Amino acid sequence: MTYSFLRLAAEALRGQTGWTPAWRDPEPKAEYDALVVGGGGHGLATAYYLAREHGITNVAVLEKGWIGSGNAGRNTTIIRSNYLLPGNEAFYEHSMKLWEGLEQDLNYNAMVSQRGVLNLVNSDAARDAAARRGNAMRLHGVDAELLDADGVRAMVPYLDFDNARFPIKGGLLQRRGGTARHDAVVWGFARAADRRGVDIVQNCEVTGIRVSNGRVMGVETTRGFIGAGKVGLAVAGNSSRLAGMAGMRLPIESHVLQAFVSEAIKPLIDCVITFGAGHFYISQSDKGGLVFGGDIDGYNSYAQRGGLPLVEDVMEAFMALLPLAGRLRVLRSWGGIMDMSMDGSPIIDRSPIEGLYLNTGWCYGGFKATPASGWCFAWTMAKDEAHPLNAAMRLDRFASGALIDEKGAGPYPNKH
Amino acid sequence: MLLIPCPFCGPRPEIEFVYGGEAHIARPADPSALDDAAWAAFLHTRSNPRGRHAERWRHLHGCARFFNVVRDTVTDRFAEHEAGG
Ligand SMILES: Cc1cc2nc3c(=O)[nH]c(=O)nc-3n(C[C@H](O)[C@H](O)[C@H](O)COP(=O)(O)OP(=O)(O)OC[C@H]3O[C@@H](n4cnc5c(N)ncnc54)[C@H](O)[C@@H]3O)c2cc1C
Ligand SMILES: [Zn+2]
Repeated sequence: MTYSFLRLAAEALRGQTGWTPAWRDPEPKAEYDALVVGGGGHGLATAYYLAREHGITNVAVLEKGWIGSGNAGRNTTIIRSNYLLPGNEAFYEHSMKLWEGLEQDLNYNAMVSQRGVLNLVNSDAARDAAARRGNAMRLHGVDAELLDADGVRAMVPYLDFDNARFPIKGGLLQRRGGTARHDAVVWGFARAADRRGVDIVQNCEVTGIRVSNGRVMGVETTRGFIGAGKVGLAVAGNSSRLAGMAGMRLPIESHVLQAFVSEAIKPLIDCVITFGAGHFYISQSDKGGLVFGGDIDGYNSYAQRGGLPLVEDVMEAFMALLPLAGRLRVLRSWGGIMDMSMDGSPIIDRSPIEGLYLNTGWCYGGFKATPASGWCFAWTMAKDEAHPLNAAMRLDRFASGALIDEKGAGPYPNKH
Repeated sequence: MLLIPCPFCGPRPEIEFVYGGEAHIARPADPSALDDAAWAAFLHTRSNPRGRHAERWRHLHGCARFFNVVRDTVTDRFAEHEAGG
């Protein structure tokens, strides 16, 4: 069923009785041409682009819980393409371009809102770094504007500009950045993939990967063995576990990242603001809640919940930036398990096992990457080689030394 | 808040500690004898288990000493101490 204004009007007249489920709930078949493990944004986008770009429609997405129950449904929904390094920037810009056409393409309202992403600078060194990153972006044809303090003040006058410790000296603005509704992105890709014949199989946990003579044969699941010549892993924080089922060890650690939402208030923040000095980022949802977050807790975790020290840290950053936070009540907080890579950049690549592909290492920046990640992973799975956009996101870069370390933090996953 | 059992000071709040990652990863005595894959494995590859994880902590804002301990990465319960190093 295609969604349109006409359809909406017709359904209004007949009491909303004609809507059908957005995707089927099929029994898994015994065999597929390709399997994607993980029904987050990346897995669903991969299945969609396998069908749309490569005509591979005999595909299933296997999800252990419900789709979007992982990080896809837990993130702070910021989308941007303001990266510094060549191996990253073209990829994230491709993602931004896909976001720009996504809703028409999927026939689904993902609430993509290009409200602008403003990275504040609080020191001369931070301004130099922002100028350098902005120039790198512009060399890639991406929009970037360096604002001085007055420019920032004109946009967001309610910040604590003259904070003694972190005075606001300017900002790097990407106007095309913004937010998207995370659940709708999941549902939109699921529905669009389903319409092209992809089976979305929920409550189906992969418990083993069958490999024979160095080739993948399929996966063991809680709903039985499912055969496939190609298996793509897009399981975010569970990547080490799934790779372990095929005997591989990864340059990945799983860490918990928390996020928060306040009670709803009147429209206040009409862009995304990030505060590098305290590592804090904030936007306002259409329902009025302020959505914000900070650092990871910093130790290996699969718990999907974080601790209070980090809560305090985030609230301190919030108060330092926006003293009005002191009058706000926090409504909810939650955690998700991030696949932190050793250089802070992702891996979209083949694996040493034939027919088994890896999509991991998203750290806390994978939501913005959802369309391009699916697009590139589908390409890699279909053609058995990387697209130029993900050519640098190789697994073997950790041995070759061709790391993509945006922060220059070294092999410490809790520092990226 | 993790209550981390320092073997020298007893249980202390998490904010006094710095995390040191997976335990028992010793720097190879002769790095130049390793090939790239072995060096990458030392530097970048981790076990990252869901469950019991042998890890290093440093009680920086206390006795400042390093120690190893086993923690469950799902329940956050600490199990036993191991010899430091
Ligand atoms: C609090 C928080 C804030 C964030 N903020 C941002 C942000 O503002 N901007 C941004 O770009 N990124 C952000 N991220 C990161 C982003 O959410 C992730 O990088 C991205 O969602 C990961 O890809 P995914 O959607 O495919 O992952 P997930 O949604 O986690 O998908 C993985 C799926 O695999 C399933 N799975 C795992 N094991 C198995 C198994 N054995 N069998 C079958 N299925 C399995 C899981 O149930 C899960 O549904 C944030 C993350 C968190 C947690
Ligand atoms: Zn101590």
